[in-house]
Order: sequence, then C-alpha cells, then structure tokens
Amino acid sequence: MSGAVVFGMCGVAVVGLGLYSLITNPHPLRKIIAFNLVGSGAFLIFGAVARRSATTAFSGDPTPRALVITGIVVAFSATALAVALLLRLFDAAGSATLGADAQSSTADDASGR
Amino acid sequence: MSIQTALELVLAAVVLGLAAWAVAARETSAAVVGFIAYGLLIALVWVALGAVDVALAEAAIGGGLGGVLLLSAGARLRENEKRAAAERPGAGARLAAAALSAMVAAGLAVAVLRLPTPAPTLAPQAAANAAATGMGNPITNVLMAFRAMDTLLEKFVLLLGLVGVWSLAADRLWGGNPGPRHQADPLGLLAFLARLLAPIGVVVGIYMVWTGADHPGGAFQGGTVLAAMWLLTMMAGLTDTPPVSSLRLRLVLVAGPGVFLVVGLAGLLFGAAFLSYPAAYAKPLIVAIEVAMTLTVAATLTLLSAGAPEQRLER
Repeated sequence: MSGAVVFGMCGVAVVGLGLYSLITNPHPLRKIIAFNLVGSGAFLIFGAVARRSATTAFSGDPTPRALVITGIVVAFSATALAVALLLRLFDAAGSATLGADAQSSTADDASGR
Repeated sequence: MSIQTALELVLAAVVLGLAAWAVAARETSAAVVGFIAYGLLIALVWVALGAVDVALAEAAIGGGLGGVLLLSAGARLRENEKRAAAERPGAGARLAAAALSAMVAAGLAVAVLRLPTPAPTLAPQAAANAAATGMGNPITNVLMAFRAMDTLLEKFVLLLGLVGVWSLAADRLWGGNPGPRHQADPLGLLAFLARLLAPIGVVVGIYMVWTGADHPGGAFQGGTVLAAMWLLTMMAGLTDTPPVSSLRLRLVLVAGPGVFLVVGLAGLLFGAAFLSYPAAYAKPLIVAIEVAMTLTVAATLTLLSAGAPEQRLER
C-alpha cells in the first residue's frame, strides 16, 4: 500500500466528515470549518493523484500541486469573506444563526445601521 | 509492512482524529484549535506526499493566518453558542446526513482506488520545458508560466474577496481602519515576540520568494509569511492596520495583478499570445511579477484576516 493510497483514503474520509458536519452542525462558524475540511480533503485527493505518477526522476506531477496552492489561497479568501459576513450579521442582529425564525428579527435591526 | 507505510498510516490516523475532533467538539473554540492542529499536520502529510511547496503554503495559511481568523471570530461569537445549539437537528436528520456523507465518501473511495495505471503525468513535459523560463522549480514554472492564467485569475479572486470584506463596513466607518485596534502590554510577552520574530520572519519570507525559482517556495508562501509577521505586530499593538481609504495601500493591493496584466497584454501585443513571455526576458519578467505579487499577497492576506473596517477614519 503506497502513500498515495493511504493519504488519498485519508482525504476521502475527511471529505465525508466535513460533509456530515456541514449538514448537521447548527453553528455557522462550525459550518465554515466543515466546508474547509471538505476542501482540504479534496486537496489531499489531488495530492494523492499527483503522487501516483512519482518515479525516480520526478517526485510527482507538478500541475495538480500548483492547482492546490492556488486552491489554498482562494479557499482562504472565501473563508475570510464568510467570516466577515458572519461577524457583520452577528453585530447587526445580535445573533448569528441560520434558523428560519432568526430571519425576521435580523431584518429590522440591520436596517437601523 | 515497511516502516514508511506504518508511519504514513499513523500520520493519516492522527489527521483523521483531529478532523473528527474539529467536527465533534462541543465548544467552538475547541473545534477551532483542533482545526489549526489539523492544518499543521496536513502540512506534514504534504511533505510525505513529496510536495514541499504545498506543505509550506498549507502550514502558513492553514496553521497560521486561518487560525488567527477563526480564533478571533470564535471569540467574538461566543455568545452565539447556546442559541445555535438549540437548532441542532434531530436524530433522524443526523442519521440521514451520516448516510449521505458515507455514500459520497464511498463513491470517492471507489474513484481513488480505480485511478488508471500507469498514472497520467505532466511532470516530463514540465521538466522538458523548464529551460524556456530558466527556473528549476516545476511548480513555480506551472504557476508563473505554463498555467499563468490560473494564477492571474486567483489574484483577482483575492482582490474581490477583500472588496467583499470591506464592503461589509457600516456606512459611518467606511474608509477607516479594518478590525479592532489591538491593545497589548508594550513590555509583555506578545510585544517581545513580535519584536524578536518579525525581523527574522521578514527575512525568511523574502528568502522563500527568491529561492522559489529553483527550490520549494515562491510568491504565495513568502507573501503569506510576510502577512503573518505584519499580523503579529498588529496583534501585539505595535502598529495598526492602514485605513482602507489610503491610496498607497490600494496601489500595493493592485500592484500584483496590475503588473501581471501589463506583462500579459504586452505578450499579446508583441509576442505570441496573452501571457507569453519572450524567451530572452522570461526570467526577469517572472521575477518582476513575483515581487509585485508578493507585496499584494502579503497585504491582501493580512487585511482579509483583519476583517471589515471597524474604526472611524481620523481626519
């Protein structure tokens, strides 16, 4: 069993864990962490794919790795935007939940600012 | 089973355990700490996969900047914990979610196990064309030359993300400094650490950019380290974020994509295609783009971590 298979499977399991948390965890910040876990698992699968072609001359395919570096930076900027939205919602509404009854109270508080 | 495989299995098990902790921990702050530890260990996984460039990026962002962002958000959202907990879905919904997640994971597992052999690879092509840019690091070649379009577009995504974060400022705070002004004991441990570590970190960051041409490193990794150092001095109260209306700051923010775009358009006018570098000037052009990009990456990542403007503009 090679490293590519071990860590590829690890990435698969992380995607599964993240997806479960994304659906079931009610706290929005936990959902952001969960989404990052799903992304991280997908990156790991990319890493495993890149590693499979390793030979004595090359440590692996550089193209998926370059894509992962780009992906890490994009994922960070999306996370920062999501966190900023969440903090703004919390400041404006005094709570930050995604429940249906929370929506009505947000609307009148937010308009005051 | 060889020792290497055993070590890989242990590392994978610890990573999975931390991911499970980040999912299952009761307190959000505990989950955030678990996620930061996960980000650091994932960097080790990337080293084990032979991708040191990715490991550097993951350690700097997953363990560093991302950790600061999530920790400070978690602290500000502490009062939200109970209210959110009340919305926890019932056992049936959780069971359905678990079944769905397990199905997605199973599908992915089949896909990973049935990948074609021999594995398709672009490594020989990347190595064969390395002479065109004069750089020895294949990942830098892919990022800056072979797939430069991805990197250019990524710069615009970063900028759009920052515009999105800034636009969340309340009207009366527009133009002010992002994030709260941090107060710390000027003679305390954090200020000492910031004074001691920041100069070293700046040197390390610049070195990473320069060495990225031939060895693991590059503009992202170096820029992220610079961003972490700037953030550290801010959190120690030694300096404040610049006001978002500052022209100098905005010039730095557009420098990277701007230089990249100008070089790309020059390739369209004088060369073969958009983003094609003339062979004689390929390396100096790429270095010029990387320098501008490093400044932009450092400033953008720092300000993304700092958040929306929260201080009134002092006139």
